[in-house]
Amino acid sequence: MNAPATPVTPKYAAYICSGCGIGDAMKVGQLENIAKKEGKMALVKSHPFLCNAEGVQTIRDDIANEQVTHVCIAACSRRAKTEAFQFDGVALSRANLREGVLWVVAAGKEHDEVRQEMAADYVRMGCAEVKKMKQPAGNAKESSSKRILVVGGGMSGMTAALEIADAGYEAVIVEKTGALGGMAAKLWKRQPFKTPYSAAQEVGAGETAAKVAANPLIKVHLNSTIAETSGAPGRFTIKVAQESGTVTEETVGAIVQATGFTTYDLAKLPELGGGQPNVVDQAGLEALAKQANGGAIKRADGKDVKSVVFVQCAGQRDTTGQHLSYCSGHCCGTSIKQAMYFKDQNPDVDTVVMYQDLRVPGMGEDFYRSAQERGVIFTKGKASKVAGGDSCAVTFKDLILDEENTIAADLVVLATGQVPNAGVDLEAWNPVVTAAEGGDEAAKAQRIVMHDSSVLKLNYRQGPDVPQFKHGFADSHFICFPYETRRTGIYAAGPVRRPMDMLQATDDATGAALKAIQAVENAALGRAAHPRSGDLSFPTARLEGCTQCKRCTVECPFGAIDEDEKRFPVFNEERCRRCGTCMGACPVRVISFENYSVDTVGSQVKAVEVPEEDEEKPRILVLACENDAYPALDMAGMARMNYSAFVRVIPVRCLGSVNTIWITDALNGGYDGVMMMGCKKGDDYQCHFVKGSELAHYRMSKIGDTLKQMGLEPERVVTQEVAITDNARVVKLINDYVAELDKLGPSPMKGFG
Amino acid sequence: MTTTNTNAIERYRNNFLKEVEANVEEGHMVKMCMQCGVCAGSCPLGPAWQHSPQKIFMMIRAGKRDEVLGSDSMFMCTSCYNCMVRCPRQLPITHIMHGLANYAHRLGLAPKGQPTREFATLFWNNLAKKGRVNELMLTLQHYFRGGLVSGIREAMAMQSIGLGMFKAKRINPMEIFGGHGVKDLKGFHAIIAKAKEIEDRKKGFTA
Repeated sequence: MNAPATPVTPKYAAYICSGCGIGDAMKVGQLENIAKKEGKMALVKSHPFLCNAEGVQTIRDDIANEQVTHVCIAACSRRAKTEAFQFDGVALSRANLREGVLWVVAAGKEHDEVRQEMAADYVRMGCAEVKKMKQPAGNAKESSSKRILVVGGGMSGMTAALEIADAGYEAVIVEKTGALGGMAAKLWKRQPFKTPYSAAQEVGAGETAAKVAANPLIKVHLNSTIAETSGAPGRFTIKVAQESGTVTEETVGAIVQATGFTTYDLAKLPELGGGQPNVVDQAGLEALAKQANGGAIKRADGKDVKSVVFVQCAGQRDTTGQHLSYCSGHCCGTSIKQAMYFKDQNPDVDTVVMYQDLRVPGMGEDFYRSAQERGVIFTKGKASKVAGGDSCAVTFKDLILDEENTIAADLVVLATGQVPNAGVDLEAWNPVVTAAEGGDEAAKAQRIVMHDSSVLKLNYRQGPDVPQFKHGFADSHFICFPYETRRTGIYAAGPVRRPMDMLQATDDATGAALKAIQAVENAALGRAAHPRSGDLSFPTARLEGCTQCKRCTVECPFGAIDEDEKRFPVFNEERCRRCGTCMGACPVRVISFENYSVDTVGSQVKAVEVPEEDEEKPRILVLACENDAYPALDMAGMARMNYSAFVRVIPVRCLGSVNTIWITDALNGGYDGVMMMGCKKGDDYQCHFVKGSELAHYRMSKIGDTLKQMGLEPERVVTQEVAITDNARVVKLINDYVAELDKLGPSPMKGFG
Repeated sequence: MTTTNTNAIERYRNNFLKEVEANVEEGHMVKMCMQCGVCAGSCPLGPAWQHSPQKIFMMIRAGKRDEVLGSDSMFMCTSCYNCMVRCPRQLPITHIMHGLANYAHRLGLAPKGQPTREFATLFWNNLAKKGRVNELMLTLQHYFRGGLVSGIREAMAMQSIGLGMFKAKRINPMEIFGGHGVKDLKGFHAIIAKAKEIEDRKKGFTA
């Protein structure tokens, strides 16, 4: 790193910008005095246009000539002008006078007083924060591995490996079976993935496998599984077990999990003819088509097929709880493709696709139309029964004509769904481990069985596979960060993370490959991965104060923290996403980052000047998640919406990092209320750290007792879920809360702080 | 008629869709329906029909020959073209409806006494006679379709309008004696006969 070595004595400087109208609406001279006297800044300057070249140069000169080590900039939001205000090796805090004060406090002389008080508090807070900050130096590693492991040699896995190699990185494929190709190799043809989208196209699994085999940057382990994964991004050690029993070790920097899916078991669908000789699933029909090799597709018993019925959503989109509750996305297109196998060979074969809702993503609509032109009949109906015999009878409810009906068919194809191969479900794993550790023999045996079924066999404290979300798919946010699992450096691609067709799986593989490359590069530089990509800070713990309560190791959303033999936390920096959930969890507050700690926020809480009760100026602390809530507040400012000047907003990395001490400190200090704004939690979460918001809500649900002890009403602490687009809503939330607190009256703690 | 019907059944076996494709105007587009239901929702006469276009198309594909050809739905179409402009698959729904109505009529399967069908027959016979519509005769034939008593009652109810049209010279009482026709009546009849012959040949009707 080129950053200059930190000088021994810290020197603090504050710069106040009077541009963008700040100087017209506020008394900048008074703010300067506050920074000097209360903020104890050695150097305080104001500038009419701080972000221009000359303003920035002023700061640079002071850093060079005056040995300034800590800079507080009181100007616009920390989200604005980040490139101008970037100074290597210097700790930096930002007081938000523009979006946070000027643009949100109502204009006019009658608001001058509260506006000035708000600005003064933000200057105090910025000064207090910067004094507690250290500029993180980072932790670059020379020996970090940049190879990438790909688990699974199907279409997704092969594509990922080829993309990795094309980018100049080494890839290692571990494939369970004796050949590359996976499910794709079992298909006769695939749905069209390039123009024209009117007919089935060649799969090309063999060609792709040949490309993989010929690529010098790709190493392939066939007939192999993973016996153990240990380490962290940049330093994973993988024990690869051959079928023969030999174990080889691979060192890799990141992992792409492309373990695909298994077809839903036909035997679970006896009412739809599962198990009968003339009823196959889509994979079964592909096998018959491969056997026919372009000729007439015959039944397993060798008889000709004159009529075939495709039953869509067989054992899928089930509401009874017996079968898969989701749609696998590819099956409508697959049935269309398979109906065309018959029609193209002999137009006189009757092909009926029985669907409830035909779903053809991508360019599938063209393919659907092409099938209709070829005479494939589409019947909107729900099949209830397939009776066997030489000719199957499909009983169904016609959903257009609203009547029960029956069709006869020589062959019935059931469109069953995709079941992900995501390994062990950690929700089931953890209780078994707890029971086994308690000495339960049955649980010990079950733990072994479960561990054997694991894909990655991670030796992490939180369990051997990536956490699952719904229906056994690997957890990854399907819109915002699709390939990120909850294990840093491990990326899920293809049907293991959500049901999809082959085109989507290959797109997915490309995305996951690029994320894996980012991960190995970030790990080598000691930088965080998404969403705080580039962050050099990492958590440290004062272990002498640790009570081994294990909250941090259990609650870390990314499984970054292991435990040593004495149950002390072991932080794996490369696995950490820097959300601070551990810091929020720690009851003894021993966990901190260099530039974000219990003190950096706590000192801001305390820096605010709380007026006496008779002044009738309440103070409300808003802890806003920097990912969504803080931008929403900024945007409210940009839209010039007004909210109460009684709030003091502090951005936090994630609501998960909120330590309850901040809240009790604020309430003890005479604040009238605390409002937390985080991302949406639950099944359709938007939390950038997946579990942070949920954990914060859970922790705050327990704060009632503390409030009662303090003699405070529960309404004094509220938690809100907001989205980044909620700029109008955050304003309403704040104003409503201020009104509610007004009704409640001033906090009885005022004057005791 | 019945023989044509039997022939059609024999020729297409159970495959009513193929029969429609071969014999109904724009029938080849029926298979392209994707059952979205926009036509059914767009039809201003929707609730008055036995079956919506969506249902008619589904019934064709389900092989419900008797129900489709015996439905009154196609005769209820007012040709507003709302369904046709809205159809996302660009099916010429209005044309298919008229095609189906015509096919059902010619096979003799269309519902008996269906007013639209009756009036259309009346209109066609009137027109085909002289190449021009004899409006007086058409009106009278329409009023008296149910017999003398109801005809007089209906004519009396409409007398003020009739007199008004007479005064405005919109109707000529002399038309009762046969009215006027096109110049080349023979040629006109030959054209109609030829057109019918072509259509019969195309649609498999025996003359």
